[in-house]
Amino acid sequence: MTAHSAQERCFHCGEATTDGERWSTLIDGQRQPMCCPGCKAIAETIVASGLKDYYRHRTVLPEVTPAEFSNADIEARDTLLFYDSDALQKQFVARDGEFAEATFIIEGISCAACSWLIEHRMAQLPGIDKALLNLSSHRLFLRWKHAEINVSTLIEALLRLGYKATPFSATSQEQARHKENKVAIRRMALAGFGMMQIMMMSIPTYSDMSIAAEFFLRLAQMVLAVPVILYSGAPFFRAALRDLQARHLTMDVPVSLAIMLAFGASIWSTFNQGVEVYFSEICMFIFFLLVGRYFEMRARHRMSRAGNNLLTLLPNLALRVEGDHDVLIASTDIMVGDVLRVKPGQAIAADGVVIEGRSSVDEAALTGEYMPVSKKVGDTLIGGTMNVESPITMRVTATGADAQLSTIMRLLDRAQQAKPRAALIADRVASYFVMAVLLISLSVFLFWLQDGAEKAFFIALSVLVVTCPCALALATPTALTAATAAMRERGLLISKSHVLETLPQINRVVFDKTGTLTQGRLTLEQVIPLADKDEAELLALAAGLEKYSTHPIAKAFSSITPSRVEQPEQISGQGILGQWNGMTLRFGRADFAWHQPLSVPQGNGQWLLLAADNIGPLGWIQLNDSLRRSAATVVRGLQQRGIEVSLLTGDPGESGPLVAAQLGIRDVRSGMTPSDKLAAVQRWQNAGEKIMMVGDGINDVPVLAGADLSLAVNEASDLAKTNADTLLTNGQLEVLLQSLDTGVKTRRIITQNHIWAIGYNVLALPAAAAGLVEPWQAAIGMSLSSVLVVANAMRLLRTQTILPPENP
Amino acid sequence: MDLLYALVPLSLLLLGIAIAVFFWAVRNGQFDDMDSPAHRILFDDDPADDTSSAQQDKTPAEKP
Repeated sequence: MTAHSAQERCFHCGEATTDGERWSTLIDGQRQPMCCPGCKAIAETIVASGLKDYYRHRTVLPEVTPAEFSNADIEARDTLLFYDSDALQKQFVARDGEFAEATFIIEGISCAACSWLIEHRMAQLPGIDKALLNLSSHRLFLRWKHAEINVSTLIEALLRLGYKATPFSATSQEQARHKENKVAIRRMALAGFGMMQIMMMSIPTYSDMSIAAEFFLRLAQMVLAVPVILYSGAPFFRAALRDLQARHLTMDVPVSLAIMLAFGASIWSTFNQGVEVYFSEICMFIFFLLVGRYFEMRARHRMSRAGNNLLTLLPNLALRVEGDHDVLIASTDIMVGDVLRVKPGQAIAADGVVIEGRSSVDEAALTGEYMPVSKKVGDTLIGGTMNVESPITMRVTATGADAQLSTIMRLLDRAQQAKPRAALIADRVASYFVMAVLLISLSVFLFWLQDGAEKAFFIALSVLVVTCPCALALATPTALTAATAAMRERGLLISKSHVLETLPQINRVVFDKTGTLTQGRLTLEQVIPLADKDEAELLALAAGLEKYSTHPIAKAFSSITPSRVEQPEQISGQGILGQWNGMTLRFGRADFAWHQPLSVPQGNGQWLLLAADNIGPLGWIQLNDSLRRSAATVVRGLQQRGIEVSLLTGDPGESGPLVAAQLGIRDVRSGMTPSDKLAAVQRWQNAGEKIMMVGDGINDVPVLAGADLSLAVNEASDLAKTNADTLLTNGQLEVLLQSLDTGVKTRRIITQNHIWAIGYNVLALPAAAAGLVEPWQAAIGMSLSSVLVVANAMRLLRTQTILPPENP
Repeated sequence: MDLLYALVPLSLLLLGIAIAVFFWAVRNGQFDDMDSPAHRILFDDDPADDTSSAQQDKTPAEKP
């Protein structure tokens, strides 16, 4: 299919090129091939800045495709100046004396060398005080003297390196996450420091020492334990209180109870020369629990990182038509009734109606449809979508809360509220166990009461300690952690705690079509020559015409070496024409390319005609949104496991049923709106089914939030990623099958761990209740039991196969 | 043993300072980014490489 033979690769981006001689750059005295002027410009900037070590450091090729870069480059020049306007800077720049600070989201970071390159390049610019790039969130923090350099210069410098920068202002959610992280680290640190210090102080008390000295050391331990319990232990107490109010026993209840009882007993012991104090054990307990929770929190934050909020979709600026000239305004100042001009390549700032011009608009972010929708005068436009072809003028009909994006957000809120609460195995088991432990401790206490209250209290406490659900507490989290790590390695990122426990219960998987089962972009399917030209020539000509186009169709031709076509001109909604060998070439819809009607060949997808004015029709080229390679496997695999498969698509056309038939899906519904999808899933849920939803677009967001379990594919919109429970990182749907198996296996291992932990406790408990177990024996027994549980959980880490990433 | 009465308060004091310093570090964003610094150290500037490289690409670098 591909026309080019094996040849050299672009030194900068690694793309195959035949034109290596045409664009080349001198690097380290060697002429390195470049595939396009875009790559050449970037490479020259890098070398001229003395940062060519980037090529030595990098481990992954850059993400940016140079063709896109050179287009964006031209478009962006004038829009960059917008960023210097005060109205806009108010939104993202903080002033601090002569310095200004701002955070930018950087697109196109592929490996750690990118961060090296960006930080060093920025540091070279005049007036830059600080440049720090966060590799995990792809955010660049800049601090500069605002008198010496403009924001537009900064963004342009980044663009010249091949990275796109968007100003970022933190949302309240983002700030809350930031704070949560800091508080968690502080709590953990306090518990850790306290634990170590108290242990140090408890060691001397094991030797014989005077009562006064022992009392003093115990007092010091107590003083240290108070802040640890009050500050580090606060989340447990708060959660326990909340759960008790909700009449629901969770792990937090016995944890809080154990902490409080042990603390109370230790205080009593301190002042009454009792046998034992438990201050160091309390701190250790709190510390380890906090460490576990911290890692869970980090995984959660990683999912919802970096300006993944919907508002970044909206442009920060708009062009308002006032009389005979255009005025630049901030998008927050747009009013209903305003007339806006939208240039090609720009996002539409608000909902509205076209009043002048015709173009096509990429609504993929909202509807998941990859093909731009053609818009003419009178058609409605949705805020946040992208104008692709030519300039249009629109009248604003809705902004802010009334706009379509906000409507989807509201639907999302509703779905989240209605979401069935996942019943967690750990919670259930724990609540029975907690009940049992509390009852047994109480009866032991009552039984020993005849020998005196003090003795009874300590024996009851030793029962609590022996049964202290160490192994039990570890049983679930270790298995979940191991399984989560194993899944991540296979390409499934888990962000919510209930995922692994819900997985084995799933009995219906619902797929979205475009971008989920299919690749969500056009690929070349077939070429039918009509004249005496072969397939490769036809493709080269088409690629020559499409070379400068921003339309998604053009991307299908990006891997083909284009023929030289002059003066390409794009006709909105029709096709492209250009000059080649003194003839006019036309490529597009059949009636556009050739004036006489022709019968379109059979087959799915789009048939485009290539024709030359003097020769006639040259050939048909078929483009289609092809299925993901793994789609058939995953559907078959699910059906073999006895899981129902459904397809819900927003596409009203015939391709929904066609795809379903190809894959063997019986249940298919087309033309579904986001609320239809949500309603369908809720109907299934009411019938008692457990639903897993797999999707990608913003239109899938409500249903992703409403399903029992949701999976976003790797190219999904940011909002879909944030709201899904899991994220597919390599685009291979097969991982879904593996994760189902892992879910079942995880459940089995958790059960084994529970049986062991409870079994051990059942054996140790009578001995402790009878007062037969020495503290050190209990400690060794408990540690061994915990080690066994952890080792069992580690079995989940053994991965069978790691699949290579699917070609994007 | 009497030394205990001096050393234990001293250790508490030191611990207090350690925790205060740690909290200060957290507040100042030292723990905000746990991933990037690990990579950053790998790309330390290597001036030796500059001298060995060919002269032809000595396009004047922008100096701040």
